[in-house]
Amino acid sequence: MATESSPPEAGTAAPVDFIAYQQNPQFKELRKRHRSFVFPMAVFFLLWYFLYVLLASYATDFMSTPVWGNINLGLILGLAQFVTTFAITMGYVTYANRKLDPIAADIRHELEVTAPEIFTEQPGAKK
Amino acid sequence: MMPLSLPMQTVESTQVGEPWLNMTIFGLFVAVTLVIVLRASRNTKTAADYYAAGRSFSGPQNGTAIAGDYLSAASFLGIVGAIAINGYDGFLYSIGFLVAWLVALLLVAELLRNTGKFTMADVLSFRLRQRPVRIAAAITTLAVCFFYLLAQMAGAGGLVSLLLGINDRLGQSLVITVVGGLMILYVLIGGMKGTTWVQIIKAVMLIAGAFVMTIWVLAIHGFNLSTLLGAAMETAGNPEIINPGLQYGISSTSQLDFVSLALALVLGTAALPHVLMRFYTVPTAKEARRSVVWAIWLIGAFYLFTLVLGYGAGALIGADRITAAPGGVNAAAPLLAFELGGPILLGIISAVAFATILAVVAGLTITAAASFAHDIYANVIRKGNLDPDGEVKVARRTVVVIGILSIIGGIGAQGQNIAFLVALAFAVAASANLPTILYSLFWKRFNTQGAIWSMYGGLGSALLLIAFSPVVSGKETSMIQGADFALFPLNNPGIVSIPLAFFLGWLGSVLAKTTEDPQKQAEMEVRSLTGVGAEKATEH
Repeated sequence: MATESSPPEAGTAAPVDFIAYQQNPQFKELRKRHRSFVFPMAVFFLLWYFLYVLLASYATDFMSTPVWGNINLGLILGLAQFVTTFAITMGYVTYANRKLDPIAADIRHELEVTAPEIFTEQPGAKK
Repeated sequence: MMPLSLPMQTVESTQVGEPWLNMTIFGLFVAVTLVIVLRASRNTKTAADYYAAGRSFSGPQNGTAIAGDYLSAASFLGIVGAIAINGYDGFLYSIGFLVAWLVALLLVAELLRNTGKFTMADVLSFRLRQRPVRIAAAITTLAVCFFYLLAQMAGAGGLVSLLLGINDRLGQSLVITVVGGLMILYVLIGGMKGTTWVQIIKAVMLIAGAFVMTIWVLAIHGFNLSTLLGAAMETAGNPEIINPGLQYGISSTSQLDFVSLALALVLGTAALPHVLMRFYTVPTAKEARRSVVWAIWLIGAFYLFTLVLGYGAGALIGADRITAAPGGVNAAAPLLAFELGGPILLGIISAVAFATILAVVAGLTITAAASFAHDIYANVIRKGNLDPDGEVKVARRTVVVIGILSIIGGIGAQGQNIAFLVALAFAVAASANLPTILYSLFWKRFNTQGAIWSMYGGLGSALLLIAFSPVVSGKETSMIQGADFALFPLNNPGIVSIPLAFFLGWLGSVLAKTTEDPQKQAEMEVRSLTGVGAEKATEH
């Protein structure tokens, strides 16, 4: 069975100085890497999605342009939404595995060593 | 029993036997899942076991369960029917439902897994004042779950009339009661672990069933999408079926309504409490990420199948026969199954549709029960002075209460538009929850006043706009007939209530006189990005 491990109830006083950790260059790097990927990507896919929605709603003639047989531009752009969703998903996973996970694991390890009584479960406490 | 009229139109001899075949296959599903739930319940002891399945599921398992939770009867029957009748405009739903998962993947899933314990309110109240924020988050959770539950229960009633040939109101009410009773049993005994297994089995059945039908439809049309579209155009007698605008292009109001719906769909998913709660059933943030990736692939593939199935139903059956069948638009997928594989395939697809409702209802019920027991009872009423065993006891009792309420609500909501209730749940979730989730994860200055304004403002404005929309009054299709107080022209409130909730969250925060504890903000940020304390300690 998996070890039960979860954050303590919010509201308990934290004896660890998290503000200091927030200023830690390694943590700042992690936050920068995370945000520099997810924010632009979120803006991109939302703009692309709403461009598509607006075209499908207001530019129906344009979307009805036949491309190949009975397949029109609207269908191709709709399927392109599927393709970009899958592509962004895979891109994020690759990025997170390479650029986020190792550095997050380092910081986690460091914090666990600093304050084991807070970050690791006492055996038997929750079982 | 009333004869089932839908297959009667095609095959006269199978009209009586079929409802029994449908019921047998569904009974088999219930029996198998019940055994699994009983086995799973053996290890359910602590609160973490009951609410979060002991955090023992792997990413792929949880991802499949998410797909099972998300692909409701509205997605399956609703979208296939919408494409069969309205053509391209039905496809637009699928795209919104899928793209929405990127919000969950990029911005919410992992950070939420790292900062919360059991419920959405755990995250939202992490660095803000506990009591008011927890109460607000629990209220919005219950509101969203309630609308979603109503939609599913009302859908169960409609489905029965179609699949089992029970057309009278009493018979449908009886079936709603049976579905509700089964769901109570599953959640009561199995907790989150049992619920998750029901969702996994259902997702596999649903996706496999849709896949087989998709290949079948494509085989009939020479594996050529263009040929299929051509056949659909021919049966419909309307070439416009492959172009956008058939449903939403009628007027400038309907065009704006579509934009509003699109906004609610894309922003609602990552704020649905029953979806968020699923992220707590995995041991680490990395597994939460894998869950979402699996969910995106499965859900994406399923919506591609529905595109083929929708046009397939349009081509092989035609809009006229679909709308004439009992169940109307929702009959497209079952009719197509019958057309392709006769009574056996219809029976299987019917059982899958029932399983779908059962699994989604179970997921919603455990979410609502956890929110009441953990947020309102244990943390607000008892102020945290309640041991986990007592909390689980309260949660179990809440399951029974919510089950009974949803049975009553489902009976009352019979005949209501299912798609509307689901879209309403998405709009309420996007307005009431998403701004506060994003602000508390990413904006340092966000505070309690901002959260309260945003959650109550979003919830209130969404509900108010719906009450004064054409959905409730003023049209032939409205809930209340013979009255017209539809002051708001759109069916979906998202385009107003979602930006308003974001604005209120910002305004409340900048106007607040008190500041929050910067230690808590730092703690939340460090925990959310690193997962410290939320994961099994690394091996040293």
